[in-house]
Amino acid sequence: MTFSRNARISGLVLCGALALSACGTDEQKPFNASPAGDSGIACAKGSITAAGSSAQKNAMDEWVRAYQDACPGATVNYQPVGSGAGVQQFTAGSVAFAGSDSALKPEETAGADARCATGKAIDLPMVTGPVAIAYNLQGVDGLVLDAATIAKVFSGKVKTWDDPAITALNPGAKLPSAAIQAFHRSDESGTTDNVQKYLAAAAPSAWTYGAGKKFAAPGGQSAAKSDGVTSAVKSTPNAITYVEQSFAENASLGVVKIATGASAPVELTTDSAATAVQSAQVVGTGSDLSLKLDYATKNEGAYPLVLVTYEIVCAKGTPADALPLVKSFLTYTASEDGQKVLEDAGYAPLPSSIRKKVAAAVETLA
Amino acid sequence: MSLGALPPVPTDPADVRPGSGDGGPRPASLPLRTSGSGTAEPRGDRVFRGLSVSAGVALLLLIVAIALFLVVRAVPALRADTAGFLSSTGWDPNALPPRFGIVALAFGTVLSSLLALAMALPVALGVALFISHYAPRRIAGPLGYVVDLLAAVPSVVFGLWGISYLNVPLAGVSRFLAEHLGWFPLFARAADDVYTRSLFLASVVLAIMILPIIASLSREVFLQVPATNQEAALALGATRWEMVRTAVLPFARPGVIGATMLGLGRALGETIAVAIVLSPAFVVSLSVLQPNSGNTIAANIALAFAEASATGRGALIASGLVLFVITLLVNVVARAVVSRRREFTGGAL
Repeated sequence: MTFSRNARISGLVLCGALALSACGTDEQKPFNASPAGDSGIACAKGSITAAGSSAQKNAMDEWVRAYQDACPGATVNYQPVGSGAGVQQFTAGSVAFAGSDSALKPEETAGADARCATGKAIDLPMVTGPVAIAYNLQGVDGLVLDAATIAKVFSGKVKTWDDPAITALNPGAKLPSAAIQAFHRSDESGTTDNVQKYLAAAAPSAWTYGAGKKFAAPGGQSAAKSDGVTSAVKSTPNAITYVEQSFAENASLGVVKIATGASAPVELTTDSAATAVQSAQVVGTGSDLSLKLDYATKNEGAYPLVLVTYEIVCAKGTPADALPLVKSFLTYTASEDGQKVLEDAGYAPLPSSIRKKVAAAVETLA
Repeated sequence: MSLGALPPVPTDPADVRPGSGDGGPRPASLPLRTSGSGTAEPRGDRVFRGLSVSAGVALLLLIVAIALFLVVRAVPALRADTAGFLSSTGWDPNALPPRFGIVALAFGTVLSSLLALAMALPVALGVALFISHYAPRRIAGPLGYVVDLLAAVPSVVFGLWGISYLNVPLAGVSRFLAEHLGWFPLFARAADDVYTRSLFLASVVLAIMILPIIASLSREVFLQVPATNQEAALALGATRWEMVRTAVLPFARPGVIGATMLGLGRALGETIAVAIVLSPAFVVSLSVLQPNSGNTIAANIALAFAEASATGRGALIASGLVLFVITLLVNVVARAVVSRRREFTGGAL
């Protein structure tokens, strides 16, 4: 009895699944049928796998969808396994390119160069994303903090919201005397690395813990991954954390304006993040375009806490079967259209001066 | 329905010894084929023996291969370590030069698992005894299914439930314990009066995860206790509790120890649930009620692996090797205890 009923139910489920997937393919047809010329993408065929930074995941998802819609016959598979794992897979030759939250480190370059049979591995900045200092504080909008205060909050030296350091920056705000619940990432992450680099550069006397992917200061609590810290702050009154902008936005948390020394505290917007990246210097040599951000920038309207992530790729020596697709895909991501896609996904587009250099570097891949 | 699985009461008086269910004398009338009676082993037997031997050998090879893999990958990192791996508590394998030690991780792993076991074991035995000896048959069946179902819930679900539901209420319990029993080292007061995301929370989640394993296996063992033993106890005038204490528990002890060790093994190796609920720190501390009071080997691997450098991965694999050894030790000790007990009780497992 039960058996036959189970069979009937599973049959029903199967039919339902078939019907749904049938709908899915129907809907996709118009997209697949659209000629490649419309999107301005020079298509290539084949299949490549890339891996690395999970901070790039949303950007890559958008790009892969747009690219594959425009180019039937091309498959790009990006695995958000983490920057460290991505670089290692690149070095081992198992992926066509790697996404990374930081440019190749000196101890990584030898292995990565060896992988590129005839050339060198280069860093191409591709995705920049602002990092928000997000907080959950009843009745306080537009909180203003400077780098030194942020450093003290995250290292447990400023313990309450009505500490003089905070009230001085927020005249008129009703700050509670409650204890600050600071959250950081318990996993190792490029976001933590960038925040610590920023604090070390912009507030060297308050942040003496150095940088690195592991949060180095004492105090506070931690939670795993971006969504972990976001939901922790969301569910904990008087909490504060650092997290990629899109997470703070989706959870509708308050976002700190940073007092950089410019005439007014800088609010986090796509524009203010792009302004900060504009003043970044290219420190890579040749077609390597690794950037050095000016974290201590005092430029008007420049939001200094920005994460730059790279694609690590062989300047020469990408396997011939993967090369056309790598080149075509990265040409798209470095194009004006490609960068525009990012704005809706919580990233900031590359400033055009840098974007042009990246596009030129992609052009020379061989 | 599991209640129906009670072994039938043997009528042969020679069969009343505990644990002799299968080994007792067989009635001569049964047509049995013994290995000595035929000249060649029947094909079915040969095939089956081949299959089971190769399964056993494959398992051994697998264990050896895992151990070899861990050692080979760990050695380069251990060579590069500039702090003592077995004596230091910090964990900075990605730094230059790398510095890392296993002490804090191993301590946190063992402490959280033991706490979990201390919380889960009494409840699990109560559940198992209730199902096997106290509950009416109509309740016992469904309850047994529910316990088995609980054992099949993926650990990530326990982790998410732990952090989104249990975290805040348990912080209240922790605060109460710290305020009233703060003199006890485990319940030391938190410096910032914050009690969320503690090692205690991780232990409670682990306890809930291992409870169904211990309960389910213990129940099976309790059901194996020969009915004659129990009836004998009752006939001598024992109450229900006295019967459980004198006939059921001693007989089932090796099985319960085995179940406990399986539960402990799961607690030691639990990864994602701990990684989700814990605010980790590399310290050796008994004050488990506060955040940053410890870390476990498996959770640390999950949190650090993706961004680790080559040395960092080696270091994590070395920590995995330590976990492997700890688990092996636990199992060896459990085996030793079980086999020693079996001599006294005649063996239930």
